[in-house]
Amino acid sequence: MPPPAPADDAGDRPLVLLSQTPLPHFAAALEGRYRLVLAADADAATAAEARVLLVAGLNKVPAELLDRLPALELVTAVPVGVDHVDLAACRRRGIAVTNAGPAFAADSADYAVGLVVAVLRRVAAADAYVRRGRWATDGDYPLTTKVSGKRVGIVGLGRIGSMVARRLAAFGCAVSYNSRSPKPSAPYKFFPSVLDLAADSDVVVLSCALTEETRRIVNREVMEALGKDGVLVNVGRGGLVDEPELVRCLREGVIGGAGLDVYENEPDVPPELFAMDNVVLSDHRAVFTPESFRGVLDLVAGNIDAFFAGRPLISPVTL
Amino acid sequence: MAMASAVAGAAGGKPKPALLLLSRVDAAFSAALRARFRVRDFYASAAPLPAFLAAAAAAAATAEDPQAPRAVLVAGGGAILVDEAFLDAAPSLRCVVTTSAGVDHVDLAECKSRGVAVAGAGTVYSADVADHAVGLLIDVLRRVTAADRYVRQGLWPVRGDYPLGSKLGGKRVGIIGLGSIGSLIAKRLEAFGCVVSYHSRSPKASAPYRYFPDVHDLAADSDVLVVACALSDATRRIVGRRALDALGTGGVVVNVARGGNVDERELVAALQEGRIAGAGLDVFEDEPHVPPELMAMDNVVLTGHEAAFTEDSIADLRELMIGNLEAFFTGKPLLTPVLHP
Repeated sequence: MPPPAPADDAGDRPLVLLSQTPLPHFAAALEGRYRLVLAADADAATAAEARVLLVAGLNKVPAELLDRLPALELVTAVPVGVDHVDLAACRRRGIAVTNAGPAFAADSADYAVGLVVAVLRRVAAADAYVRRGRWATDGDYPLTTKVSGKRVGIVGLGRIGSMVARRLAAFGCAVSYNSRSPKPSAPYKFFPSVLDLAADSDVVVLSCALTEETRRIVNREVMEALGKDGVLVNVGRGGLVDEPELVRCLREGVIGGAGLDVYENEPDVPPELFAMDNVVLSDHRAVFTPESFRGVLDLVAGNIDAFFAGRPLISPVTL
Repeated sequence: MAMASAVAGAAGGKPKPALLLLSRVDAAFSAALRARFRVRDFYASAAPLPAFLAAAAAAAATAEDPQAPRAVLVAGGGAILVDEAFLDAAPSLRCVVTTSAGVDHVDLAECKSRGVAVAGAGTVYSADVADHAVGLLIDVLRRVTAADRYVRQGLWPVRGDYPLGSKLGGKRVGIIGLGSIGSLIAKRLEAFGCVVSYHSRSPKASAPYRYFPDVHDLAADSDVLVVACALSDATRRIVGRRALDALGTGGVVVNVARGGNVDERELVAALQEGRIAGAGLDVFEDEPHVPPELMAMDNVVLTGHEAAFTEDSIADLRELMIGNLEAFFTGKPLLTPVLHP
C-alpha cells in the first residue's frame, strides 16, 4: 500500500465520499489510497466533483443525498444488503452499485446455522440454567428437540442461503427453499410461496434481500403455517418480519421459537423477547468476523480501483 | 401386589420375565416396560443396592416370583457399577442392557467370564451428540450465547456491538475419537469449510481425514479440539496440560464425551490464564457440579450433560432398549450388542 500523501496534496488520491463515518480500521486502511470526505461535510466543489460514494454502514442513502452529487457514477456499499440505498434513484441516473458480494456470506451462513442449533437445542437457555446453579439444585434441563432431520425452508437461495442449505444438509436436514424464481442447479425443493414453504417446514431461515416485495414477508399467516413447534431464524433484515406480530406469536405459542440477528429498529430489541427461553438474540453480528472485515475491505477497494481504472466492477448489484 | 402380578402373569399365559430396573425412566418408558416385564424398580425401592439385589435374588425361591431376574436395564454414568460385586449379588443375570452408549460402568471382562451378554445404546444418540458438539463449537467461536446474554441485558443500545468472534471456515478441527459420533461431527464440520483431522486408537481406513497417532501432535496442528471418545483407562485425561499447551492460545476445546476425558483443573487454569481461548463443555468431572470459575467466563459455553438427550433420542432409546430386552428373552440376537457371552 502506498504511504498516505501529505494533507495539502490530495491530487494523487482519488476522491471518495463517505455516506457515514466508517469503522476505524476501515478508515485507516482506505485513507492511504483515497481522499476520504464525509458527504455531509463536502463543500460545493467537492460535491460537484465526486464520482464515488462509499456507503460505509446502514445509514440511509436517500435520493436527496444522491441528488447533491451530480457527477456520481458509483455507489460502493460495505454491507451486503443495500435496501437502505435509494436504488430506484441510482437506476434512473445510471449509477452503478456494488455490495459486499460473497465476502460475508460464509460467516453469515455459519451464524444462521449456529442460531438454528441454539434455538432447537436451547443452548443459550441451558447455559444460563447451568450458570445459575440450577443443574445442581433442579436437575437436568428439560429435553429439547433434534436438529438432524428437521425440514428447513430457506427464504432466499443466494450466496448466504445456499451456504446455509449446504451446512444444514450435512446435519441430515431436508432442505427446501423459496426465492423469486427456482434455481435449476439447486438440489432442493422449490416452493413458489413463503406460505407454502412455511407450511412444509419445521425451521424457516430468512436470508433474502429486503425489497418492496419482501417487506414483512413473514406475517401472522406465515407464522401460523410454520406452527407451534416451528422455529424462525432471521439473518436477513428486520424488515422481512412483522416484528410486533412475531412477538405476539411467540408469546401465544403460535410458533415454537426464534433466532434473531436483525430487528426492525436496531439496536432496539422488543423487551418481551428478553424473558423468553425459546429465543436466541444477537446484535446484528452474523456477518461479522475479523476475517470477513478484511475480505470486505479488499472487495471495496477492489471495486473502487476497478472503477477508476475503467475495469469491470467486482460485485455489482443488479438494479 | 405380588399376588396380583403373579395372577396377572398366569392369566396372560406365560408369566412376564423378571427385569431389574436400575435406571430412572419416564412415564412412557415405565409403562412400556411394565407391559412386557415384571419390573423390580431400584429407584422405587428404598433399599440400598446390595439389599435390593439380595432381595431380588432371594425372591426367586418363592412362589411369588417364579423367575429370577435374568436381565437388568441399567443407566450409564457410573452411579451404578455392574462389577464383580454386582454380578455376585445377582447370579441369575444373563444380560445387561445399558441406556448409555458408554459402557465404562460395566465390567466387560467379568460379564464375559460369567456368560453375561451386554447391550448398549448403539448409535441412538450419535446424531444428537454430533449436532450439539457442532452447536457448541459455533457458539464458542462466534460467541452466540455470550451475544445473546449481552443483548438480553439491554447492553446493545448502551455499549454498542458485542465483540466479534472468529471465522469457522478454514479452522483446523482435531477430533479425538472417530466413532459414530466423531464421524458425524466431521461430516458436519466439512460443510463449514473446516479442515478435519483426528486421533483414535488406530486409523480408520475409510476416513478421509488426516490421522494423528499422538493426541499432542493433533492438538499442535489444531485450532479446535473436539473430544468425542469413550472413557477408558487410555483416554482418561487425554486432554491434559500437554495437549492444552500444544493447542495453544486461540485454541478451543469442545467436550461432549465424558468429564473424565479432560483434566478439568488444567482446563480451568488454562482458560483463566488465557493459554487457550475458550471452551464448549457438556460434561464435567463431578456432575452436576461445574467449576465456579467457568461460570464467570464469557468465553465458555456450558450445558448440563444433555448433548444426547432430545425427545427424539429418548423415544428411539426406549424402542431400542425394549427391542434388546425382548430379543434376549426370546432367544434372538441382541440388537446392539457390546459383548456376546
